[in-house]
Amino acid sequence: MTLALDLALCALIVCVSLATVAGGGIFRAIIFFITYGLFLAIGWARLGAFDVALAEAAIGAGLTGVLLLAAHGRLRRMRTKAVVQRTGLNLPAALAATAMTGALGWAWFALPAPSVPDLSQSIAQTGVGNPVTAVLLNFRAWDTLLESIVLLAALLGVWMLAREEDWNTPLGPRYHALSGGVLVGFGRLLPPVGLIFGAYLVWAGAESVGGAFQGGTVLAAVGLVALMANVLPAPSISQAGLRIALVLGPGVFLCTGLLAAALGSDFLSIAPEVAKAMILTIEIALSISIAVTLALLVLGPPVDTQGAP
Amino acid sequence: MMPTFFALTGAVLMGVGTYGLLALPHLLRRIIAFNLMGSGVFLFFGAAGARGGAVDAIPQALIITGIVVALSASALAVALIVALARSTGTVTLADEDTTS
Repeated sequence: MTLALDLALCALIVCVSLATVAGGGIFRAIIFFITYGLFLAIGWARLGAFDVALAEAAIGAGLTGVLLLAAHGRLRRMRTKAVVQRTGLNLPAALAATAMTGALGWAWFALPAPSVPDLSQSIAQTGVGNPVTAVLLNFRAWDTLLESIVLLAALLGVWMLAREEDWNTPLGPRYHALSGGVLVGFGRLLPPVGLIFGAYLVWAGAESVGGAFQGGTVLAAVGLVALMANVLPAPSISQAGLRIALVLGPGVFLCTGLLAAALGSDFLSIAPEVAKAMILTIEIALSISIAVTLALLVLGPPVDTQGAP
Repeated sequence: MMPTFFALTGAVLMGVGTYGLLALPHLLRRIIAFNLMGSGVFLFFGAAGARGGAVDAIPQALIITGIVVALSASALAVALIVALARSTGTVTLADEDTTS
């Protein structure tokens, strides 16, 4: 029974991905991509990777979908030249794709049997019960620190594309929400629930499924819904609070790492006695920064929509 | 048995993404195809970590890192495409004759 479920799920994932690439319309492709992300999240849950399932559903399907839909709307308003899609199969591309799939399929059966490192002994010293959080914030803290800086660098890259005269205009497109409409209703209904759920995910991530990235994404989504419903005013780059929120997570992370180094142990190492408190501090600071950075990444550079077409 | 299905699904997704990246002229659709490739690799990697029964925590953590980095790269790419469209009026690359 579970075998049939897994096979059907894999077939669905492949079919939806094919529908994303095939066909003409860009809007259709985006909608299929969002559907694909949700099916993939179910696949991750079937594999038992619940933290990844949450991240895929929230970031892969949700935020990427919003990002693509917003870009589609912006491009459509610019009246760009229509793209003529050649019909029929592009043979060289199809050959390359088949070779890629074939090589990966072959690699799977050629892979040596895994020797899974036994984390169960060392998890007790990390201060958290969720092994994924332990890896993210303790064993491989370097990766996570650099990742939070990558997020910041991507945001700076997006902002650099703004024109000089647009720099101080509010970020993102102007949204027009009908007062009393569905969007405004959602904009008032969803944020309280989303705030509680996001904060819960951050807190629960220490012991069970959840974490700074998943929780931060939910908080980012809450902010975006509130912005789209015009419940919150659009932010602008020059706001000091916004800038502090952006660097809070990497800053706290870096400071705790430097503190550990100053106290005589290694950079970014965490002593077992204070591990839980330190990881929670880092996680809370990180999720604030992640939430703000992701929301601003999705909003895009400041654009003056009044003057330009 | 189950990880094998998902690993082969990941391999197929990688192929579908490669095809889209090479064959689709619209740059926004190429970003979608690139994301398909990324999630295919993640699925392959995650399935490889699940062969011992439960999914290993280290691949899971790396995949979460990867998903977040993929979003930030996509956001930068989308912003570049919008900037390209603003300055040239097209959403395809100049050396590819797709608008005629």
